[in-house]
Amino acid sequence: MDVTQRRHLLIEDLSVARGERVVFGGVSLRLDSGEIAEVTGPNGVGKSTLLRAIAGFLPLRSGRMSWAESEATDSAPLTERLHYVGHLDGLKSALTARENLEIGVGILGRSRLTPLEALDRMELAHVLDLPVGYLSAGQRRRVALARLLIADRPLWLLDEPLTALDRHARALLKPIVADHLGSGGLMLAATHEPLGLPGTIQVRLGAR
Amino acid sequence: MIRTLLVVFLRDLMLARRIGGGGVLGLVFFLSLVTIVPFAIGPDLRLLSRIGPAILWIAALLASLLGLDRLFQADHEDGSVDQMLLSPAPLELVVLVKCVAHWFVTGLPLVMLSPLFGLMLNLDGPALGSVAATLLVGTPTLTFLGAIGAALTVTMRRGGLLLSILVVPLTVPVLIFGVSAAQSGTVPFLTPFLVLCALGLASVALAPIAAAAALRGAGE
Repeated sequence: MDVTQRRHLLIEDLSVARGERVVFGGVSLRLDSGEIAEVTGPNGVGKSTLLRAIAGFLPLRSGRMSWAESEATDSAPLTERLHYVGHLDGLKSALTARENLEIGVGILGRSRLTPLEALDRMELAHVLDLPVGYLSAGQRRRVALARLLIADRPLWLLDEPLTALDRHARALLKPIVADHLGSGGLMLAATHEPLGLPGTIQVRLGAR
Repeated sequence: MIRTLLVVFLRDLMLARRIGGGGVLGLVFFLSLVTIVPFAIGPDLRLLSRIGPAILWIAALLASLLGLDRLFQADHEDGSVDQMLLSPAPLELVVLVKCVAHWFVTGLPLVMLSPLFGLMLNLDGPALGSVAATLLVGTPTLTFLGAIGAALTVTMRRGGLLLSILVVPLTVPVLIFGVSAAQSGTVPFLTPFLVLCALGLASVALAPIAAAAALRGAGE
């Protein structure tokens, strides 16, 4: 990733409805290269919905969303420039961690680290050739997070990334996120437990 | 984009081999249907050879429906559909590739073994050939039509039955032209066969669009 590259994600007055019910409205946010924002709020307030709407999985009810890169080599839409790790990990239990990650980079494109290197950053190199179905919930989570490292995408959308991770694994995630931000990446996380990185922008949903 | 589609294709073949079930089970189901019909009809070989192509076609239709409920459901449940939505390839093409992979695993073995099963129904040489040819064109059509139902019922825990109810009416034209081409004698082979091909091409072109729309809706 090019450090001189400037990117930003601009969200203006976004609101999302599911069926007839407006989940949230009037969310505005500007995120620049190297910045991290944490979406907080009580359960059911629409944190996951916000991330899924930004990822393009949900239609917007109103508001605008724009993405710009200073040195865009191609005009790839936002959906091809972001990583999304949600509650469902997108892993196949019958396939090994290596196969899952190879498929991940095959589907997402723009490979960066190899599956072994990515798992090594998550201290999971020893499960490389084990079927993911054999892994614990925390280990599966770490394999899903390793996908962030195998495909080069500047915007990371993480929905409760710390769920099921033990204290050690949580500590592992912090330098990975810091590296990503340091190389010009952006991150938006919905979380109850702050990652504790300096300069985190707080987005509070449902605040009255 | 081509690479993404190739990866999805190989992934689905690999999963089918690793998890097993689907293709072989469909084949066994096909075999058991073909075996049971002569018992129901009785030992009338001439009747059997006359209705044989129809029996093979109905058996192929039911066997095709059997594995369809999991076509998108597994990917929906574990979040793989989300990853596919983020890929450079449009979801419509991903759906098309998944259908082709599904047909390779479930439909193609059916087509290849249909002459063998036809022997059990007292079909002669030309009839065996025309049944295999019509199934070769017809089973992909059934898979693509079924994909619409599979995408619509993707969020349902027991969607298999509803899927069959939704899809069977759509398959009526395929069945009519497939069987009339296979039953050579009453009508010439080529005319219904060409209509069958046209139905197949239309389903390949249109069904992925419908199925992708339904999958997008399910993700909301």
